[in-house]
Amino acid sequence: MKKLISLLLALVMVFAFAACGEKAPDSGAELPDGNGEITGDYADFKIGAILIHDENSGYDLAHINGIKSAVNALGLSEDQITWKYNISEDEACYDTAVDLAESGCDIIFSDSYGHQSYMQQAAGEYEDVIFVAATGDTAASSGLANLKNIFTYVYESRYVSGVVAGMKLKELLDEGLVTEPYVGYVGAKPYAEVVSGYTAFFLGVQSIVPEAYMDVIYTGEWYDPTREAEAANALMSKGCVIIGQHADSTGAPSAVQAAKDGGAVVYSVGYNIDMLAVAPTAALTSALNNWGAVYTPTIQKALEGGAAAIPDDYATGIVNDGVSVSVLGPECAEGTQEKLDEVWAALADGSLNIFDTAKFTVDGETVTSFLALDTDGDFEGDEGEAIEDGIFYESKLRSAPYFSLRIDGITELS
Amino acid sequence: MNSKLKEPFVRITKREDTPLLKAWGIRLFSLLLALITCAGIIYLIVKLNPLKVYVAMWEGAFGTSKRSWITARDTMMLLCIGVGLAPAFKMRFWNIGAEGQILAGGLATAACMIYFGSSMPTWALLIVSFAASCIAGAVWGFVPAAFKARFDTNETLFTLMMNYVAIQLTSFFITKWENPIGSNTVGIINQSTKAGWLPSFLGQQYMLNVIIVMTLTIAVYIYLRWSKHGYEIAVVGESERTAKYIGINVKKVIIRTVALSGGLCGVAGFLAVSGASHTISTNTAGGRGFTAIIVAWLAKFNPLVMFFVSLLLAFLQKGAVEIASRYDLNDYASQMITGIILFFILGSEFFINYKLIFRGKKEVN
Repeated sequence: MKKLISLLLALVMVFAFAACGEKAPDSGAELPDGNGEITGDYADFKIGAILIHDENSGYDLAHINGIKSAVNALGLSEDQITWKYNISEDEACYDTAVDLAESGCDIIFSDSYGHQSYMQQAAGEYEDVIFVAATGDTAASSGLANLKNIFTYVYESRYVSGVVAGMKLKELLDEGLVTEPYVGYVGAKPYAEVVSGYTAFFLGVQSIVPEAYMDVIYTGEWYDPTREAEAANALMSKGCVIIGQHADSTGAPSAVQAAKDGGAVVYSVGYNIDMLAVAPTAALTSALNNWGAVYTPTIQKALEGGAAAIPDDYATGIVNDGVSVSVLGPECAEGTQEKLDEVWAALADGSLNIFDTAKFTVDGETVTSFLALDTDGDFEGDEGEAIEDGIFYESKLRSAPYFSLRIDGITELS
Repeated sequence: MNSKLKEPFVRITKREDTPLLKAWGIRLFSLLLALITCAGIIYLIVKLNPLKVYVAMWEGAFGTSKRSWITARDTMMLLCIGVGLAPAFKMRFWNIGAEGQILAGGLATAACMIYFGSSMPTWALLIVSFAASCIAGAVWGFVPAAFKARFDTNETLFTLMMNYVAIQLTSFFITKWENPIGSNTVGIINQSTKAGWLPSFLGQQYMLNVIIVMTLTIAVYIYLRWSKHGYEIAVVGESERTAKYIGINVKKVIIRTVALSGGLCGVAGFLAVSGASHTISTNTAGGRGFTAIIVAWLAKFNPLVMFFVSLLLAFLQKGAVEIASRYDLNDYASQMITGIILFFILGSEFFINYKLIFRGKKEVN
């Protein structure tokens, strides 16, 4: 027993020394920030950020970078942000929002749709704090002055990534490497946000290959590498040549790369981040949100005029660099970049409308009317005509997408 | 040759009974050792001052009164499940189905909130939800217990399978109650009316959670320690044959005890839904049904000790979240700390129950 104790004591001392030895370098949190651009007025402005995952998820990384770039652009310090990672879409979100409000945050952002109702609950209790539920849709109808929604025109980048896919598909068809213009899509959840996204992607593909058709598989989760890979594999085994995605991991591109390495003719279009790291030859491009473009004006307005200065809904797109696509992969079809420049320009000057009702049909019919906004809580639109002069205007009546029509040519498998 | 058997370097023998004070001394010592080990690892990996990290953990759990209350709420949740497990475990019935019993209770509560939310006054709705969750949990305990009593089925597998039944059932109802459609979640139930939400009491949102669980804890302590039922549970746990011999109806005791155990876990489901999240998901139990097994075992099924173990676990969890936020550490770093501390504390039980005898030492204490 004595030996045991002396052994343990020796261990204790080793660790005690290790613990003492660190006093010289101070903790990272207290190191000076170094950019020195803090304007005196807003130095005690505090920002809270609630993230559903951490920087390992491309979606959350895009938000983290967006908030950081906003803070830097406005001359604030990154130390003014309190990050809360891995906050699930349940009471943990409410607890965290309340905690941030109590700790003196002036504005609190959440990055996932499911956070919204918990943000709303907290917003009702802390009226002096601004709560911004990114990708949410109830700010305007909640009746709360301090609850806001923001989004990007992500459908623009999805359309463009679809054009990249279409160019590749056309090349493969022309070369006879594939016979069917069959596209697959890994979706997260059957929300309007996802439907709007895959429809834009599909219309992008169809703008190059009009006879293309597409299958969608939902994983039911925003971030689940295994299920996303399984969904991609299921689509490839059905014969899909290009796999797009609205899910937040690298699961699908990794699976596509593995299949391609095994000899299959398949390519991947990603989301959130450049997928070339995990799919060096299979990745064509990724649709990106540049969240900084919406965070910057939102925080700026909060600084200048508080909640009243921020609109209930704010969204922007290519006009303000709110969206983009990542660097093109090495196997993209020839002429893709030129085509992209042309499409981006057309989107920016308004000459190209993605959801032009002349370009798609629902059950064989052209759509003439669509009510986008829900006022009675049943999640069926009952006011707000989205179609004007034959154009379906997405994200115009509110920031979150509402295009939920299932158009011809796309089949949801699950 | 055989008379010269080599004595092993170390032998392990069972301790007869360790004095209480010494046992707690060993536990405290292991906690200290765990903290020192963590400090070493924190420093080696992330070069942060471990003391600051511990202070951050403390502040994460108790830094503001709001945080303290949330820690209290989570402690109560674990305690409630641990207390629920205690009677079954004391009877040597390995109920690892707390997860499912919580879900069953939570599901019953959510159903009451959804279907009676607009037609009942709050107090009645709360009583109905409480009773329904209790019954649902009890049914989830009753089924494996009845099979155990009647056919001597393996309760470990049976209760485990009941967890999956509860999860599937919850998934089914989530699709039925989905809000918004396609979200695969139920959303906050009765967000505007707050019908069926456990109300604030004495100005504190989670006061009722504390009162309910503390009452149950004391009741179960008394039940196990001083009631005839408690005695029967202990005897059945020690030896079913003895129990039969002295005229205890073993089947009845098994069914009654496990139904009670399930019912208490069902109440935990009620607290999770009505008293905390106001929604139901397959994550409502969130692994706490398994964590509570550690709570129950570490406390040797003593409901009062369980309070401290639950508090420790809730503290570690809150602390972990805080250091992740404050020092930009990945969640995994804080999970490592929790893991190390649990490892040491569980390990200390070994030194309490066994002693090591090194070569050349006499076998005396």
